[in-house]
Amino acid sequence: MAPNVIAHDDLEDDIDYSDIEAKYQVEYDEGLDNVVVVDGVPVIDESKAEKLLARVAKEFSKKGAPVKVDNMIIPWDEKTGKSRGFIVVEFKSPEDAAYAIGVMHGHPFDSKHRFSLNRFTDIERYANLDETYVEPEPEPYVQKEHLRSWLADPQGRDQYATYRGDEVEIHWHGKPSQCEVAHNRLNWTDLYVSWSPLGTYLASLHRPGVRLWGGASWSGLQRFAHPLVRLLDFSPNENYLVTWSHDPIVVPEGAQQGPQFFSPEDEGNNIAVWDIKTGNLLRTFPSVYPEGEDASKKQQLQWPALKWSPDDKYVARVTPGQQISVYELPSMGLVDKKSIKIEGVIDVEWCPLGDKDKEEEAKFAAGKSNKKPRENMLAYWTPEVANQPARVTLLQFPSRTILRQKNLFNVSECKLYWQNQGDFLCVKVDRHTKTKKSIFCNLEIFMVREKDYPVEVVELKDTVTDFSWEPKGERFAIVSTSDPNFGNPGPGITLKTDVSFYALERGKGDFKLLRSLPNRTSNTIRWSPKGRHVVLATVGSTTKSELEFWDLDFHHDDTGKREAHKDEWGSGIQHLGTGDHYAVTDAEWDPSGRYLATSASAWRHTIENGYAIWDFRGQELEKHILDRFKQFLWRPRPRTLLTKEQQRHIRRNLKEYSRQFDEEDAAEESNISAELIAQRKRLVDEWNAWRLHCKEELGTERGVVKKLKEPQEEEEEKEEIEVWIDEVIEQIEEELLE
Amino acid sequence: MRPILLQGHERSLTQIKFNAEGDLLFSASKDSVINVWYTHNGERLGTYEDHNGAVWTIDVDSQSRFLVSGSADNTMRLWSVQTGKCLYSWEFPTAVKRVAFSDDDEQVVCITEQRMGHQGAIRVFKINREGDGTDQSEEPISFFNPIGSKAVVCAFSYVPNLIITGHESGKVALFDYKTGEEVLNNERAHMDVVTDLQLSPDRTYFITSSKDKTARIHDTRTLMVIKTFSTETPLNSAALAIGKPYVLLGGGQDAMSVTTTSLRQGKFETRFWHKIFEEEVGRVKGHFGPVNTIAVSPKGDCYASGGEDGFVRVHHFDESYFRAKPYGDIEVEQ
Repeated sequence: MAPNVIAHDDLEDDIDYSDIEAKYQVEYDEGLDNVVVVDGVPVIDESKAEKLLARVAKEFSKKGAPVKVDNMIIPWDEKTGKSRGFIVVEFKSPEDAAYAIGVMHGHPFDSKHRFSLNRFTDIERYANLDETYVEPEPEPYVQKEHLRSWLADPQGRDQYATYRGDEVEIHWHGKPSQCEVAHNRLNWTDLYVSWSPLGTYLASLHRPGVRLWGGASWSGLQRFAHPLVRLLDFSPNENYLVTWSHDPIVVPEGAQQGPQFFSPEDEGNNIAVWDIKTGNLLRTFPSVYPEGEDASKKQQLQWPALKWSPDDKYVARVTPGQQISVYELPSMGLVDKKSIKIEGVIDVEWCPLGDKDKEEEAKFAAGKSNKKPRENMLAYWTPEVANQPARVTLLQFPSRTILRQKNLFNVSECKLYWQNQGDFLCVKVDRHTKTKKSIFCNLEIFMVREKDYPVEVVELKDTVTDFSWEPKGERFAIVSTSDPNFGNPGPGITLKTDVSFYALERGKGDFKLLRSLPNRTSNTIRWSPKGRHVVLATVGSTTKSELEFWDLDFHHDDTGKREAHKDEWGSGIQHLGTGDHYAVTDAEWDPSGRYLATSASAWRHTIENGYAIWDFRGQELEKHILDRFKQFLWRPRPRTLLTKEQQRHIRRNLKEYSRQFDEEDAAEESNISAELIAQRKRLVDEWNAWRLHCKEELGTERGVVKKLKEPQEEEEEKEEIEVWIDEVIEQIEEELLE
Repeated sequence: MRPILLQGHERSLTQIKFNAEGDLLFSASKDSVINVWYTHNGERLGTYEDHNGAVWTIDVDSQSRFLVSGSADNTMRLWSVQTGKCLYSWEFPTAVKRVAFSDDDEQVVCITEQRMGHQGAIRVFKINREGDGTDQSEEPISFFNPIGSKAVVCAFSYVPNLIITGHESGKVALFDYKTGEEVLNNERAHMDVVTDLQLSPDRTYFITSSKDKTARIHDTRTLMVIKTFSTETPLNSAALAIGKPYVLLGGGQDAMSVTTTSLRQGKFETRFWHKIFEEEVGRVKGHFGPVNTIAVSPKGDCYASGGEDGFVRVHHFDESYFRAKPYGDIEVEQ
């Protein structure tokens, strides 16, 4: 029966007992984690042992880490008969041991002795450590990707990011032939994506925190662990990042610790400030809500909650109604250790740095100029309280000198708009009449570059819904409305608005109406980042979606000289074109000011989501209707590195440059069309081959030549006959002429 | 391209057809009347009145002698094109959804609706062309019930005995009507109900439209998808242009949701797509409801579209349409 036995053995081998073994495995008590070695105990002989242990136990229980005398062991030196100066203490659990280490480490036992506590396992580990010094292997230098590589694109294209469904795509945008997807990734973000202000980083938001990406390969660069982060804000020079989460920070036990992570002190806060380069957490703040709102109202968070100075040196935080706290970077310490107490303060805005300021600063920093650059400036406003009028203040910082203050009456709301070069500050003041029934609007414009900061006032009868400075310009545009529906929005209601352009009249130094465009529905002004061109859009409406493209210097050529207005005031304003992007929700210029992108985001509605790109004249270049399209973002560009002279030189020789580009274009076009023609030819050939094949088959199927082909041939013959007749007539005429 | 507006129907159009010469246009509508029009000026030549239910479908033979129609009154009728008289009427238990002549005009295929316990059925009748046409046989030469998803559109293929069917599930199939067997099918031709099926002049390929927002060109023999045209709206009809490499697609949002959407959202245009490059070349606006049916004149000089709005719009192509060569000199076989 030998074979049988063998079979039986095999069977036994096959049975896998591992699961049962795992289940009934005896769990060894392997934890030495609850054992602590207390060093720095007086050296004693055996007679004093009991006394000492009692004393030590007392010390421990005083600090809330009780131990029993039985659980303490004194190791003895057998030669001398004395203790070795340390004892071993066993706690109930590793947690108790950890607590004891926390409270007892460094505890003074008496004047000579001070406890130092270590885990038994640690001592074991360190005792076994290899003592020989090993030269650490120097990490090979890894060339990091250039974070601004996209600027070196030979065709000078811009990039944009789109977020659709779960997919984020980075596109190149240039001439039609050069548009392509640079990178795409599924589930790149959980909420949305955001560019840093100079375009270096792309931020994605996830449940655990924020992640920054960059470089040509879009590798992950930095992580900021802020769980459930919802909002983020970069500092203007991309050195710092502010994140916000609705849920207060919780640091669970055993959470990772380190400079990049929240510590228990941060618990309960919502706002975190991070250093982008190191990834370190700088400071956290609780979020503040405007006071005086009743709790039932949904509290609106002001975002960005922290206002960065344009040079990244300071960040201001407003505690509404009380104070402005300005913190210094990178230490995030309160400047001069005190906040600026301003009763009732609501909003603060830093004065942006103009190109001039930046140059001056660079010069000063390089020691080329003694002229100190302009100090940072901030503007804030306080509402009317009791008998005090509302007040707008310009404050210099860090010297804290008040430069200008203006009192205002009957104010219901103020908004501060800095021109992007820091030349002007416009305060849009919503004022109510004495009866408080109707609201009208004043624009108080501070001339920041002029002596004593004169204030120019533009009074308007209507309510201003949107205000926008021309970048680098002395003009602004406003949208105003006197529509009775204003203030009670309803579905299907599109407000009637007027759009007006104002410009600084050089000689007189006041702002004068350039032109007014009545009876519009536009509610959004988008200036081209280079100025001059402006788009008026009707966004967020279900019935209207018009885009109007305007040029404010139509008579000027591109030489760059903005001549004094020789011609009539306001005559340079020219309507270039009108577009329509149904259900548009956003409009954004590209950084070069050549293209405008409009998008209909699925976050707002689900009708015809997608995006379109227009040129500055209002010609639609591309349009994509995509389900679940969410976000369109141009990648910002940093400031140009060319000096003023170089820019001027380019402008002067624009014709030469453009010729070069024209040639390139022509070459490209013929190239592309050749490719396209080849592709089409291939398709046509395929089709024709298939058709011929079909016809042959049809012929064999029917056994006769296809009927349908014949009439066509006949037609062709007929045409030929007609031509013949023509020629005959001509001949006759010739004969007559002879 | 100024269209001629044909206002002869009180309800939405269901199918329109040109005759072989393209001088007459037949239109069927839910108002139970069939109209015939002169194509060149839009004058109404006459009507075919006898149905008392929505006329779902019509077809005309290649000699413009007989017209066949199917209606919701459960009858299929044969008409004299010239006199407008009803020559013969076949009665079925359910509505007739689709009729089509064979290319030799000897046979007619019809699909009846699946309803009231009756299965959807395909019948093929022999048409007696002798005499005045009133002497027709009541019995079909073939009768079968396709298994699975019901057939909604059909046509004779160029292969004898084979008919092409389009189904509710999006399936396209070939049936041998002699045996009633499914010879070949393409289950995944469309993702949703097939709404129209039109043949090329030689019947070797055909175009289908579907609610899945695409139209597709199929090879009749293999049922392989040759071309796909993806739009952003459900399609009700697709037609092949004659003489030019275009296809015409029509559709729009469901009639049910039309009242709740604006005109431009409804996408009620007729779209011209390039047959081979699968890209849109143009659109023709006009209807204020979904386009239900499109037909191209066999001469290729005009096309007509019938809409949910009850109008037929006949468009005669401009000179520029024939002269234009948007893709340069390419020779495309029909």
